[in-house]
Amino acid sequence: MTVEIPVEKWPGQVREITLGATADEGGTRSHTVTVGGETTLPFLHFEGEIPHPPVVGIEIASRRPDDWSPLLLETWSDVVDDPAAWAKAAEEAGADILLLTLSLEDSVDDATSAVRQVLEACDLPLIVFGPGQADKDNELIVPVAEEGAGERLVLGVCEEKNYRTIVAAALAHDHLVNSRTPMDVNLAKQLIILIHDMGLPLEQILMDPTTGALGYGIEYGYSVMERLRLAALQGDSMTQQPMLVTPGEEAWKAKEAKVGDDVPAEWGDWGERAINWETLTATSLIQSGADLVVLRHPETVQRVQKTIDALMAEAGEPELVAA
Amino acid sequence: MALSGLEIYKLLPRTNCGDCDFPTCLAFAMKLAAKQAELADCPYVTDEAKVELEAASQPPVRLITLSSNGHKVEAGNETVLFRHEKRFFHKCGLFVRVKDTDDLEAVKNVASEVDGFTVDYVGLDLELDGMAVEAASGDPDTFAECVEAVRSATEKPLILIGSDPDVLKAGVASLTAKASGTVPLLYGATPENWESMAALAKKADVPLGVRPGGGLEELAELTEQVKGAGVQNIVLDPAARDFAGTLTRMTQMRRLALKKNFRPLGYPIITFPGEGAEGPEEEVVLASQHIAKYGGFIVLDHFSQASAYPLLVFRENVFTDPQEPIQVEPGLYEINDPTPDSPVMITTNFSITYFSVANEVESAGVPGWLIVADAEGMSVLTAWAAGEFDADRIAKSVNATGVADKIDHQKLVIPGHVAVLSGELEEELPGWDILVGPREAVDLPAFLKLGNE
Ligand code: SF4
Repeated sequence: MTVEIPVEKWPGQVREITLGATADEGGTRSHTVTVGGETTLPFLHFEGEIPHPPVVGIEIASRRPDDWSPLLLETWSDVVDDPAAWAKAAEEAGADILLLTLSLEDSVDDATSAVRQVLEACDLPLIVFGPGQADKDNELIVPVAEEGAGERLVLGVCEEKNYRTIVAAALAHDHLVNSRTPMDVNLAKQLIILIHDMGLPLEQILMDPTTGALGYGIEYGYSVMERLRLAALQGDSMTQQPMLVTPGEEAWKAKEAKVGDDVPAEWGDWGERAINWETLTATSLIQSGADLVVLRHPETVQRVQKTIDALMAEAGEPELVAA
Repeated sequence: MALSGLEIYKLLPRTNCGDCDFPTCLAFAMKLAAKQAELADCPYVTDEAKVELEAASQPPVRLITLSSNGHKVEAGNETVLFRHEKRFFHKCGLFVRVKDTDDLEAVKNVASEVDGFTVDYVGLDLELDGMAVEAASGDPDTFAECVEAVRSATEKPLILIGSDPDVLKAGVASLTAKASGTVPLLYGATPENWESMAALAKKADVPLGVRPGGGLEELAELTEQVKGAGVQNIVLDPAARDFAGTLTRMTQMRRLALKKNFRPLGYPIITFPGEGAEGPEEEVVLASQHIAKYGGFIVLDHFSQASAYPLLVFRENVFTDPQEPIQVEPGLYEINDPTPDSPVMITTNFSITYFSVANEVESAGVPGWLIVADAEGMSVLTAWAAGEFDADRIAKSVNATGVADKIDHQKLVIPGHVAVLSGELEEELPGWDILVGPREAVDLPAFLKLGNE
C-alpha cells in the first residue's frame, strides 16, 4: 500500500536574526548566535528547513534577587551576589546566551557597571532587561545601550506602553529589542509594526509573545505561539520574527516550583517537581515555535538542551523499532 | 469526511413522507448533518445509501474506549491538528507499565500507588488512567498471575502487552472471567502474529494495538489486515520512539487521518515514551510531547508524584476548550470564616487566578474576604491589559458585593500587578484605603501575616 505523506508548501519563512557581535563586528563576543530561518513548523524536518536550533538562555540578575525561589538561590549559591561571577557560572552551565535583569534598586551606575562586568566575564551574547517598570526601564536602558555600544545587545522590556525610548536607544547604538505583548496574536503583530515604523530594521526585533507557566495559562501562550508561527509560514511578514519567551521566570513564579513547605504531599519531591515544572514549560513552548527560551535553573538548562538536540538530531526517516 | 445536508438529501428517498417526524426529507437531512437526528429514524433509506452515509459519518479518528469497573478511558474522535482550531476532545489516557518478570509484591505496590494517586488542580481531581502489564516471561500462568496481582490493587482499565497470543489469552481470560464489561487493550499485532492476535481480539471483543516492522505503509497494511480479520477497534503504534521521530510520525498520521480521510490510519495512537528516553527525567519530557502532539494512550515506565503531577496538569491544559476560558462565578468569597475586621482582597474570575489566591489565603490560615471581579475569565495582568480589570470595574465589583456592610474597616488589597490603579481607585471608592498586595499569589501568606502583626 502506498501512503502519500501530506507535505505543506509554506510560502513564508521566519527571519534570521543574529545576537551579539564579535571583535570584527565591533563587539567583544567570541561568537554570535543566530536564530530563526525556519520554513516549516517546529522540527518537521521532512517538510522544510530548520537551519538553527532553538537557543537556551540563562537569566542572571544585577543584584541578589531575594524574591527568587530559595531553591534557585541555593543552587547558584554565592554567585548571585556578583553578576560577573554569575555570568561565568551560567556560561559554564551551558547557556547559549545570557539575560541580565536589572533591579528597581539599581542606579544608572549600578546598571552600566553590571553590564560591563558581565560582558567582561563571559563570551556570550547578552540580553538586558530593565526591572519592568516603564520609567525605571527607560532610566536604566538608555545608558546601558550606550555602555554596550557595538555589542548588539537585546534591550527590553519593550512593551506597547513603553517602547519608544528603548527602540530609540537600540537605533542609536545598533542593538536589538524584544517586542513584548500579552499573549495575543494581533497585539504581537501590531507592536512589531509600531517598532518597525520607528525605523528599527526587522532583523533587530525579537517577538516576545509571553507565556503562562504550566498550570498557569501555558495553553494560551502555547496556542498564541502556534498561531503566530503558522501566520509566519503562511507569509504574514510582521509575524515572521523569531520568538523569545521566558519560561524560567514564569515557571518559578508557580507555587509548584517556588516553594517546598506546606504543599500537598502528592506534589512529590520539591526539587524534581520544580525542575519538571520549568522543563515542561520550556520544552512545550519550543515545540510550539519558541526560538529562544530563557531559563533559571542549571539542571533545566541541561534537560532542555538535550531535548533540543534530540529534536534536531533526526533529519531523515524516523528511527524504527523492530517489531 | 462529514457530508453536507444537501449531499445527504441526495441519498434519501425524497418522498417527504414525514415518517421521520420531519416535514420533508430535506429538513431531516439538515438535522442529520447537524448530528441532531439519527439515520435509523427514516425507515425507507436503501441499504446502499445506508452504507455510504455510515461510512461518511465515521469520525476521521475512530473513538476507542477502554473500560473496567465503571472507569473509562476514551481516545480518538479528534477533528483538528491544532487546539486553537477548535479543541482537542479526548484526553489521552496515561498508564504505567509493569512486567510479569517483576517481583509480584513490587508490581502490586506500583499498581496501588498509581491507583491511589489523586491530585487537586483548580478544584479538579486529576488521576492517572490505569496500568499496562507486559508479558515478558513468555509463560501464560506467570502472566495471568501478574494480571491478577495488578487487578487486586486497582480497578482501573488495563493494557495487556505481549507478542505471544497464547500468553496474552491467559491474561484476557483472567480479566474477563471476573468482571463483565471489562475492556482492556491488547497490544499488539505484528506482521508475524497478526492473524492469531486478531482472532484473539475478535473473540474477546477488545481493541487491538498494531505495531509494524517499518514505516507508515506497513502500518496501514497491517491495520487493513487486522480489520479484514474482523477487528474494528484498532490502536496504532507509530513505531518510532525518539523525540524527532515520534513528532514526525504522529503529525503525519494525524494529517493523513484528518486531511486525507485516510481510513487505515484513522485510529488513536499508543506511545511508549520510556522506550525513547534515557531515564525518567527524559521520559516526562517525551510524554509531554505525546500529550500535545496526538498521543491517544501513553504508557509510562516510571511513576513518581513529582512527574505525574506536572504531566496531568499539562494534559488538562492542552485539552481545555480554548473557546471557553475557565471561569469561576464573580462575587464575594468567604475564606476561613472572616469577621468584620478581616482583610478584603480582590482578584479576577480566571479560575487559575482565583484558585491560586484562594488556596494561599486558605492555607495561610488567615480569615479573609475575597472579591472575584468579572474580568471575562482573564488573569489579572491580561485582564488589566485588555481593560477588563480597571479602576471602574474594581469599584463596581466592590460595591456590587456589598462587602462594606460586613466589615468595620475600609481597606482593599489589590494585586501588585495593578499597583498603578491605586490613585484612581481611591477616587472611585471614596473613603477606602487601597493597599497594594503582592504580584503573585504565592507571596500572599507572608503579606497577610505581616498585616496581622
Ligand atoms: S422518513 Fe425518510 S423518506 Fe420520509 S420524510 Fe423522513 S427522510 Fe424522507
